[in-house]
Amino acid sequence: MDEVRPLLELTGATVRFGADAALDHVDFRLYPGEVHSLMGENGAGKSTLIKAITGALAMDEGELRLGGEPVAFATPHQAQAAGISTVYQEIELLPNLSVAENVFLGREPRRGGVVSRRLMREHAAAVLEDLGLALDPASLLGTHSVAVQQLVAIARAISADVRVLVLDEPTSSLDLDEVAELFRVIRELKARGVAILFVSHFLDQVYELADRITVLRDGELVGEYLTGELLRIDLVQKMLGREIGEVRARGRVHEDDAVDGAAAVLRARGVSVAHGVADADVDLAEGEVLGIAGLLGSGRTSLAHALTGVAHLEAGVIRIESADARLDSPRHAISLGVVYSSENRRRDGIVAELSVVDNITLALQSERGVFRRIPPARRRELAASWVDALDIRPPDLDRPVGTLSGGNQQKVLLARLLALSPRVLVLDEPTRGIDVGAKVEIQNLVSELADNGMSVVFISAELEEVLRVGDRVAVMRDGHIVETVAAADLTTDSLLALVAQPTEGED
Amino acid sequence: MAAMTTARPTSRPSEGRPSVVQTFLSRHGGMMPTFAAVAILVLLFIGGEIFLRGDFIKPLTISNLLINYAYLLVLAVGMTFVILTGGIDLSVGSVMAFTGMLGAKLLADGSPVWIAVPAMLLGGAVIGLFIGILVQYFGVQPFIASLAGLFLGRGLAFIVSLNSIKVEEPAVVWLQSTRMKLGDWVITPTGIIALVTVAIAAFVLHLTRFGRTIYAIGGSEQSARLMGLKVGRTKVAAYVISGTCAGLAGLLLTAYSNAGYPRNGIGTELDAIAAVVIGGTLLTGGRGYVLGSMIGVFVYGTIKTIINFMGAEQAWMQIIVGSLLLLFIVVQRAIVARAEGRR
Ligand SMILES: Nc1ncnc2c1ncn2[C@@H]1O[C@H](COP(=O)(O)OP(=O)(O)OP(=O)(O)O)[C@@H](O)[C@H]1O
Ligand SMILES: [Mg+2]
Repeated sequence: MDEVRPLLELTGATVRFGADAALDHVDFRLYPGEVHSLMGENGAGKSTLIKAITGALAMDEGELRLGGEPVAFATPHQAQAAGISTVYQEIELLPNLSVAENVFLGREPRRGGVVSRRLMREHAAAVLEDLGLALDPASLLGTHSVAVQQLVAIARAISADVRVLVLDEPTSSLDLDEVAELFRVIRELKARGVAILFVSHFLDQVYELADRITVLRDGELVGEYLTGELLRIDLVQKMLGREIGEVRARGRVHEDDAVDGAAAVLRARGVSVAHGVADADVDLAEGEVLGIAGLLGSGRTSLAHALTGVAHLEAGVIRIESADARLDSPRHAISLGVVYSSENRRRDGIVAELSVVDNITLALQSERGVFRRIPPARRRELAASWVDALDIRPPDLDRPVGTLSGGNQQKVLLARLLALSPRVLVLDEPTRGIDVGAKVEIQNLVSELADNGMSVVFISAELEEVLRVGDRVAVMRDGHIVETVAAADLTTDSLLALVAQPTEGED
Repeated sequence: MAAMTTARPTSRPSEGRPSVVQTFLSRHGGMMPTFAAVAILVLLFIGGEIFLRGDFIKPLTISNLLINYAYLLVLAVGMTFVILTGGIDLSVGSVMAFTGMLGAKLLADGSPVWIAVPAMLLGGAVIGLFIGILVQYFGVQPFIASLAGLFLGRGLAFIVSLNSIKVEEPAVVWLQSTRMKLGDWVITPTGIIALVTVAIAAFVLHLTRFGRTIYAIGGSEQSARLMGLKVGRTKVAAYVISGTCAGLAGLLLTAYSNAGYPRNGIGTELDAIAAVVIGGTLLTGGRGYVLGSMIGVFVYGTIKTIINFMGAEQAWMQIIVGSLLLLFIVVQRAIVARAEGRR
């Protein structure tokens, strides 16, 4: 490897926001034909480093070299023109344009100077197919799920003529299959000599894919390691600067004799939602955590929508505390103590310009109405307790939420819902984009809330996690709950087998 | 990792084959407001026909729509560009008055048409550029920046002259006085200019990178920037286009009234905005069609014609247009909310 020169080399990169440095003299290099993972806690500076490379943020100090030549990109456009393709962590593509356009915007195939929609559609279909995605490229992006949108963003990045591919948490909303397809494509690109920067909080994925790992902590470089020479436990230690928290043991109260209908806090019968869930029954006892496992498109999110008044029920009844409830809006559900935390928390709720306190107390205040203002001191106290419980960093209550790292923004939104002290909490992918240390803390928090009597529906694509926090696990396939099993009777493998089984009678 | 290699037998959860309607909605959901505008137009025609006992739907009435509102159509085209980026341009009415005055003055002072007309377009473009730069590089709200443009344009119009200036230049008079007939249908060169403007705009918006970038910016400016699109210059260009269209509208209005008048077009920017919104373009940007704006102008013109025919108070015009706008904004909100709920 000695004569091989790095394709991209960043030296002494420093980015300051006001007084504090988000990136402090960090060196980073990327070789052609390698996958290099950037690791660190939420707020360690990963996304900042990426933005410094692509010209989305100006560096205060530091030098960037591409192929040995010093370069400075003033805009993402210039970086793209130089062959650096990026999927940003917080990018939302454009819901008002077609899938094909989202893939090709800015470099649309043209015929005689005129954008050719037909060519664009054909090319897009080919790229998407490469990622294992069969969908109508002419459909509007906004009509698709978060996962599909994330794949389209990736398709956009890989369809360009790339020398450097930068992926900032590209897999956060993907399922095993999609991840497998993506990894196949990444390996192909790697074999073609593309340099790949891959950020993920999933250690499994990093160890499967990365050749090399660079660890950041609090904006500083901890070190660069070969994946093969770095034990997981050491990696986590280097990222957190401490040992990972203990996984809290649940006092599992409800095992087999689980819930007889009477004790159920929430009880759904024959619930159906258009294009999502068909004829689902759910019982949720006080203090119980019901895990929901299923593949992408199996109806997990639709079920959550059905239980929380987000989606309109086509059929079925929901009882809350033995009273029939027609949940006709999320607001109504909240007033009955049923709170939903959406999988797409970024779109559904962050108010970037408002402070951490305001964001955390927003829902609570609106629930109480304008005339019963929460006194400012009480608001701060409340917010501070959640910032502490969820370890939101930096623990600065007055900071605009938009300046927090991606993972910390997620925690703020979670805090907002928890502040409502719900009876029933429906969590859709609560640990997405959250670092390994904080993930355990959130899982522990859920267990603690349940031990104190809150009932929780916990949806996650990570089966280990569903098993760890769930008392029982409902397995979903093709919009049906096919089985509900006590978590103690399952292993990750047996759950995977249940989840991935083909549905009978389908082609 | 074993889990990674577990292939799923069925490639994707079966949702059944999507019906034609579903496919259409998933591709063209954004067109619904424009269809609604077409429906309203049809209803208005039928209504007019009933009220006026069969004297309304005839080629002359329809031809007159284009002849009388060519200037508004051109303004609406420029406005569509700006609104699609998520902005607004309040200056167009007074810019139209200013360029009309400028042209009339130049012609009265003996300048040839080939100087006067480009000067009008250029005048509009420069004010548009000024607004665009304020918005893009000085971070001024489009509302405020174009309000500055509104005062600037009006002031400039009065500087040219406080009174109306007659235009006798044959080439300009020709634009409106020539009636080309095709059976019972009539069109003037001004009408043709307006239609060509619409056609060019539709082409640019749908088939050029620039046009698609306009839509992208309206979808999310931040995303468009991170996607590596040329956001800055595109946004400025949208205001330049709107200003140029206002300049062109100044020419059309001058031809229509055979004079430049500094009080022309007071409030016309609001008519243009109304037409664009009625035509189905979302005020928040990113969704809409220039052909919709044309329908919007026709809806506006038809209402006005019907009221004229009935001899009713002009105040009704404002009330009806106001109610229609309200209706459309509600319809659009509902459509957007539905589209988002479906995800
Ligand atoms: N616009 C901004 N203004 C002020 N501070 C900012 C801004 N953007 C980021 N920061 C700060 O910079 C630090 C690094 O953030 P960054 O987004 O790079 O973290 P990250 O490693 O990507 O974390 P995550 O895993 O949560 O995505 C954080 O402390 C964050 O609060
Ligand atoms: Mg990040």
